[in-house]
Amino acid sequence: MSDVGAAIGISLALATVRKAVPLVFASTGGFFSERSGIINIGLEGMMLFGAFSGAIIAYFSHNAWLGVLGAAFVGGLIGCLHAFATIQLKANQIISGVAINMLGAGTTVFLSQVFIHGERSFSLAPQDRLPALGPFLPLTYIAFGLAIGATVFSYYTVGGLRLRAVGEHPRAADTQGVRVNRIRFLGVVTSGVCAGLGGAYLPFFSGSFAKNMTAGQGFIALAALIFGKWNPMGALAASLLFGFADALQETLQGRAHLPAQALQMVPYVVTMIALAGVIGRSIPPASIGKPYEREVTEAST
Amino acid sequence: MVLENIGQRQQHSDGRSVAIRMEGITKRFGSLVANHDIDLSVYQGEVHALVGENGAGKTTLMNILYGMVRPDSGHIFVGTTELPVHRGFLGPDYGIGMIHQHFMLVRPFSVLENIILGTEPRRGIFLDLVSARRKVVDLMGRYGIEIDLDRRVEDLSVGEEQRVEILKVLYRNARIIIMDEPTAVLTPQEIDRLFETVRMLVAAGHTLIFITHKLEEVMEIADRVTVLRQGRVVGTRSIQEVDPEELAIMMVGRKIEATRPVRRTRSATSLFRLENICLRTPRNLDALSSISLDVRQGEILGICGVEGNGQDELFEVAIGIRKPSSGKIFFQDEEITGLSAARRLRLGIGHIPPDRIRMGIVPGMTVKENIILGRHVEPELAGSFFLKDRAIRNLAVKLLHDYGIVPPAPEADITTFSGGNQQKIVVARELSRKARLLIASQPTRGLDIMATKLIHDSLLEHAENGGGVLLISADLAEIMDLSDRIAVMYRGRILRVLEREHASEEQLGLLMAGVAG
Ligand SMILES: Nc1ncnc2c1ncn2[C@@H]1O[C@H](COP(=O)(O)OP(=O)(O)OP(=O)(O)O)[C@@H](O)[C@H]1O
Ligand SMILES: [Mg+2]
Repeated sequence: MSDVGAAIGISLALATVRKAVPLVFASTGGFFSERSGIINIGLEGMMLFGAFSGAIIAYFSHNAWLGVLGAAFVGGLIGCLHAFATIQLKANQIISGVAINMLGAGTTVFLSQVFIHGERSFSLAPQDRLPALGPFLPLTYIAFGLAIGATVFSYYTVGGLRLRAVGEHPRAADTQGVRVNRIRFLGVVTSGVCAGLGGAYLPFFSGSFAKNMTAGQGFIALAALIFGKWNPMGALAASLLFGFADALQETLQGRAHLPAQALQMVPYVVTMIALAGVIGRSIPPASIGKPYEREVTEAST
Repeated sequence: MVLENIGQRQQHSDGRSVAIRMEGITKRFGSLVANHDIDLSVYQGEVHALVGENGAGKTTLMNILYGMVRPDSGHIFVGTTELPVHRGFLGPDYGIGMIHQHFMLVRPFSVLENIILGTEPRRGIFLDLVSARRKVVDLMGRYGIEIDLDRRVEDLSVGEEQRVEILKVLYRNARIIIMDEPTAVLTPQEIDRLFETVRMLVAAGHTLIFITHKLEEVMEIADRVTVLRQGRVVGTRSIQEVDPEELAIMMVGRKIEATRPVRRTRSATSLFRLENICLRTPRNLDALSSISLDVRQGEILGICGVEGNGQDELFEVAIGIRKPSSGKIFFQDEEITGLSAARRLRLGIGHIPPDRIRMGIVPGMTVKENIILGRHVEPELAGSFFLKDRAIRNLAVKLLHDYGIVPPAPEADITTFSGGNQQKIVVARELSRKARLLIASQPTRGLDIMATKLIHDSLLEHAENGGGVLLISADLAEIMDLSDRIAVMYRGRILRVLEREHASEEQLGLLMAGVAG
């Protein structure tokens, strides 16, 4: 009995880490964008683009790592799109993000049908997937390394100081010669790269690409970022919590006498409770959501 | 006498080299000409004061010199080099530093991080905080500026924030330092300290441009003064050849009459009463300790004290955005301790907040919208569902006109107004509300002479018409001028309440410092 308990415990722990990986990637991505002052509600769409391009490239090239690179590249490209819309064109950041999500949902299904003879989903042959490294896929280690790297970057490097400064008080940074919009651009593009990687994890983990396979994980990643107080380490911890909720839900499927749908709600309910509990205590960057322009924003004082 | 003056001027322009020369600077914002063909020369090593009414174009001109605003035409020379004004540049690259009217500090950052931002010493991609700290500590020693480098800016007082700004400028080796209304937010003690620093900077060979509305400060600290009016230079004088009256006339364009509304009535009926108000906050267990005050009808009760002795807390408790830990508040003999700020407004308690930019306006909204904040329920301005746009517009136009706020554009975004004019909009809104009691905190801080006079007159008139005023101010002259009774606040307590006739400036000064009990 206790052996069974231990076995369940271990598998639950492993599943928690595995489920957390895409969230860690995407919430770290969210960190780079939102700390620079640009809301990125388009993480979901960027992940979906990453998932699709990772899978399709691996499918045709039979090289999983090429798929991962492609996913990062496409994610960065979509990041460029969001950056261009919100920084250059000063479009509303929420609307641009929503547009990217819709674009992701539509484009990936469409391209899947074009390339895979009318199919909205396709499987990867075993040799086209990433080989496991120990108990996890290699992307898992990359995700955790990325979160740690983001922390070091943000608190110990020149770039990190400037990134946080332009999200808090862009004008103050500008008066000291910091190129506000350039840093924001880089932040959003980095965000796209991270989200793309997070997306790529999904088909390599499950073995197939499916329509809309992100299923709201981009939004959960955003929640993790907020719950983690806009810090990569906090977001990592929150991602693990949400990953645990998901893993628990899967473990309970078939064991507990509850309808499957009710159990599937668990991660989302945990997200909502976490956010409700933390509202007011998690302080967003002061200038998030506001485009910056030298002379228009209170040139007069 | 005349000859002597000429001789002196000659000597000035011959003997001292020119640090900054601005020529023919013009800047338009839409149809408004903020700077019109401005010429300004600043000598090496002098303190050059820049004065003018709210909206005269002082900040705009300095932003142009710093490179934050691009002029439509004109030239700028630093020494003999011409700045690439039309291509774009930034002051620090040419030895120009600026302490902005609204500080440019990243609030969650530490003092040290704020100082180095933009010119960070680095090792590879990493911040070299050790050598940054060494350099800043060295500067602090050299200029006698003290501040804890590890504190977060959001925990600092305004005076301390200003020291951070000064260090920022010194850290970048600025030779020319612009200070935009540095004294507006300081206590008298902090102003003395700032002036010491200014003298130190001049002694070390820096050149200063100093913006202020207080003419006594100009007389005390400046070598020369340039007056701006409606975007044009009225004239430049050396301090020996002007007096405050002449400067005031230059600024306003005519003589200011010194008439005051006469005060007669003062009744014994209480209008607003605080009884044993205590406030404990996580940071300060005695933010307010057993404060009892009474504002009578037709009376101005002044509260003086060095800022940071509980005035802000008292203000917040009085207007209802903070609940006292114990004690009671009465308005016209009804208890209002539990009432919200909105309910108190409706009962007839108006207020002018001390930090008008942060607490009084909504940036990004128009003047019209800002004018009806908190008044959007008044039947003259709003129906049961729709706002009455015509009435709101008329009110806005009237207030802009009455208070001489430029430009008189009710549809303009409030952030495009000059700092002083933004303040005037808040004050105009609050004074035009038909309130019985006015709670005014630092009502004239940052305002020009005319606006200050207008507000003083309005407060006196309000009391004359039987209303009451609770006036909180760090400006002792203002308190002495307006109050019927004066309460001195020190470390969250009221030390003494004096009749105006029995109070002397000296005695109040001692009480404010906590010296005499
Ligand atoms: N970005 C802007 N857009 C539109 N108008 C502006 C802008 N900046 C300044 N102005 C206008 O230019 C004029 C001059 O403003 P400025 O801030 O230079 O005045 P100031 O002399 O510094 O006044 P104060 O003493 O109130 O600080 C004002 O009428 C202001 O409304
Ligand atoms: Mg100004």
